[in-house]
Amino acid sequence: MADSAITLTGINKSFGAVRANRDIHLDVAKGTIHGIIGENGAGKSTLMSILYGFYQADSGEINIDGKPTTIHTPNDAIAAGIGMVHQHFMLVENFSVLENIILGAEGAALLAGGVAKARAELERLEREYGLEVDPDAIIEELPVGLQQRVEILKALFRGAEILILDEPTGVLTPAEADHLFRILQQLKEQGKTIILITHKLREIMAVTDDVSVMRQGQMVATRKTSETTVEELAELMVGRRVLLRVEKDPPNPGEFKLSVKGLTVRDSRGVVMVDDVSLDVRAGEIVGIAGVAGNGQSELIEAIAGISAAESGQIMLEGKPINLTDGADAAELRGRGLAHVPEDRHHMGLVLPFEENENAILGYQDDPKYLNGPFLNIDAIRADADARIKEFDIRPADSRLKTANFSGGNQQKIVLGREMGRDPSVLIVGQPTRGVDVGAIEFIHKRIIEMRDAGKAVLLVSVELDEIRSLSDRILVMFAGKIVGERDPEASEGELGLLMAGIDDQEAAA
Amino acid sequence: MDFFNAIILLLDSTIRLSVPLLFACLAGLYSERAGVFDIGLEGKMLAGAFAGAAAAAVYDSAWIGMLAAVSISIFFALVHGFASITHRGNQIVSGVAINFVAAGSTVILGQAWFRQGGRTPSLGTEERFNALNLPGAEALRDVPIIGQLYSELLSGHSLMVYLAFLMVPITWWALYRTRFGLRLRAVGENPGAVDTAGISVTWLRYRAVICCGALCGLAGTYLSVAQNAGFVKDMTAGKGFIALAALIFAKWRPVNAMLACLLFGFLDAAAIRLQGQPLPFIGKVPVQFMQALPYVLTVILLAGFIGKAIPPKAGGVPYVKER
Repeated sequence: MADSAITLTGINKSFGAVRANRDIHLDVAKGTIHGIIGENGAGKSTLMSILYGFYQADSGEINIDGKPTTIHTPNDAIAAGIGMVHQHFMLVENFSVLENIILGAEGAALLAGGVAKARAELERLEREYGLEVDPDAIIEELPVGLQQRVEILKALFRGAEILILDEPTGVLTPAEADHLFRILQQLKEQGKTIILITHKLREIMAVTDDVSVMRQGQMVATRKTSETTVEELAELMVGRRVLLRVEKDPPNPGEFKLSVKGLTVRDSRGVVMVDDVSLDVRAGEIVGIAGVAGNGQSELIEAIAGISAAESGQIMLEGKPINLTDGADAAELRGRGLAHVPEDRHHMGLVLPFEENENAILGYQDDPKYLNGPFLNIDAIRADADARIKEFDIRPADSRLKTANFSGGNQQKIVLGREMGRDPSVLIVGQPTRGVDVGAIEFIHKRIIEMRDAGKAVLLVSVELDEIRSLSDRILVMFAGKIVGERDPEASEGELGLLMAGIDDQEAAA
Repeated sequence: MDFFNAIILLLDSTIRLSVPLLFACLAGLYSERAGVFDIGLEGKMLAGAFAGAAAAAVYDSAWIGMLAAVSISIFFALVHGFASITHRGNQIVSGVAINFVAAGSTVILGQAWFRQGGRTPSLGTEERFNALNLPGAEALRDVPIIGQLYSELLSGHSLMVYLAFLMVPITWWALYRTRFGLRLRAVGENPGAVDTAGISVTWLRYRAVICCGALCGLAGTYLSVAQNAGFVKDMTAGKGFIALAALIFAKWRPVNAMLACLLFGFLDAAAIRLQGQPLPFIGKVPVQFMQALPYVLTVILLAGFIGKAIPPKAGGVPYVKER
């Protein structure tokens, strides 16, 4: 066996009563890509934060290159040759690439010398690893793929030998993700050790040499990637057998429920976010909108749901037009049978400090059945919330609990229960399983299919291409505010990936 | 020539009146660029003015006055830091508290120590920062226009006026050319980036509020030991708040800060000069209107003319490591 880059022995870490890491043992061989996989809240991030000096373990031992090492601060970690690429980039957005890279490693009290040195060093890294980036570009003007590259360069500039990447592909297109994996392979060939944290099984199979599985704060298994299967890993993650493929019957589309024609939306800066988009959704079908985050999907569904005004275009809900430009009114649309599961449940879907039952009726609070004269009928609301909790298997089953205390998957079920439970005719779902664990994903997908089979028109927006492909009956791809193509769910991932990057290979071939 | 003289006098008092604003505005810039909002500039200035005048009177030295002013102001800044950085308290509440403490304690202590109704004893010439004549000012006085500009406008201010304007390039240089400045700007935008780079967010923010305290102390010193000859109750009269407005106006940039402070200084000077004098076409304007003008202008300009002022992204938010 090769030398170990990192050996963790008996790591324990508790936050109050929650034991985030329990007696963790981990051995990462030098010069390999080691995957760590687990559901949200399994303790992966906590473990890596301990390794990077953000938290200190309650007990346990860290060995780097065979030497016992104490890591109390990120400084200790950097000194030990550990670099980390965080899930949410730790970049100063209005700084240049160069300024971000030298931050904390400036060299001297005056910047001039450090900047010149960093510029030369960047050129060397660029040559060696093919990590090209304009050192004078401002971070917020760079696409996310390049921002991530800056994070990697930051770590390499500090002399990292061990690179930890926390959920690196969440924000990338399939093509960008593939590029990232090529970079990681190259870094591996140069002798770097890489730890890849993810919840995507496919990525583990594609790039790692070894994989460790975490569940509920414990390290439950370590396998050679070549000797394991997706099914085995999924079972280890969840602790029971999981159905990875969604099973569904062929669709049975009926009349047009939602028609959008020539919709154009500008954001507050006047930039066109949705550009002349037309689409139809019929009863009994799921139309999926694929695309990399930020290509106008959010603005599109917000305009349809009456949250933001559109500049021009027409939307027909069950054959009747919606007022788009002024007085777009989410409450009125709800009354007309349009239910909306927003993309960001924390920002738009829920009021986290509220009790569960309050969130379960939010937006429908004027429904006469929740009212008692001018007052809310608390008993009716709680009874309704309890029924919904049973129906959607929301845990813990306590409608008086503060919403913030539910896990991500259960919070999402609260929103889904609210929006699906009122027999809408059109359902708009944004990112139904973002930040939701594997078990709950299975449940949510089943419910969405059930809505379709009950004859609802479903418009699905997700940045998870797998999710779009397994749920949709038709796939529309959005790029730079336009619908650039329509494909069957059977279309290959490569073809959809190219479309998501704005390249139409059918046109290219013609 | 009369008109020209009037203009020169107006500009001359513009400079004098913008100095305390400039010190305070730059003070706020250090703090807010590091992500600590500071509504307590006013209070620190007032405490500094009192301490400066009191110490100068007792020890017969303007320099000791300055030292006392800067020390007490830094002390208040550290209190603000302790509340809002170490204990992650609300920065606005802490700042308001400092303003109240300063307003009350200066008068009480002044009365207890000097028995002059909250004032400090009048300072003699040798206990103040006096006007400096630049070399050649006398000789050039009679040269038309250029000579007058030099001898009236540029020469004849106290040391502190020159110091205030010198602080502008120094601040710019510190902010954009030094390691400290890079980290300071970073911690106000994304403290997470600073923390993961292995730099202490807490210590960095403390250093920023110390800079803020020192400059507020200088602002106070100027008011009571240079511009005036002693401390009077409430002598800052809202200058700390105008400095905050100027800071927003300047979009948190040093050179813009100087221009904004000069503009507000000019309005103040014009208000004083135009008191009781009828304006062409309009007639007599109430003094109160002229005094309100800087504030009205801030609202109008911020609302429509200078574009969006985007504050440092992490401003006002205590840093908590993500769980």
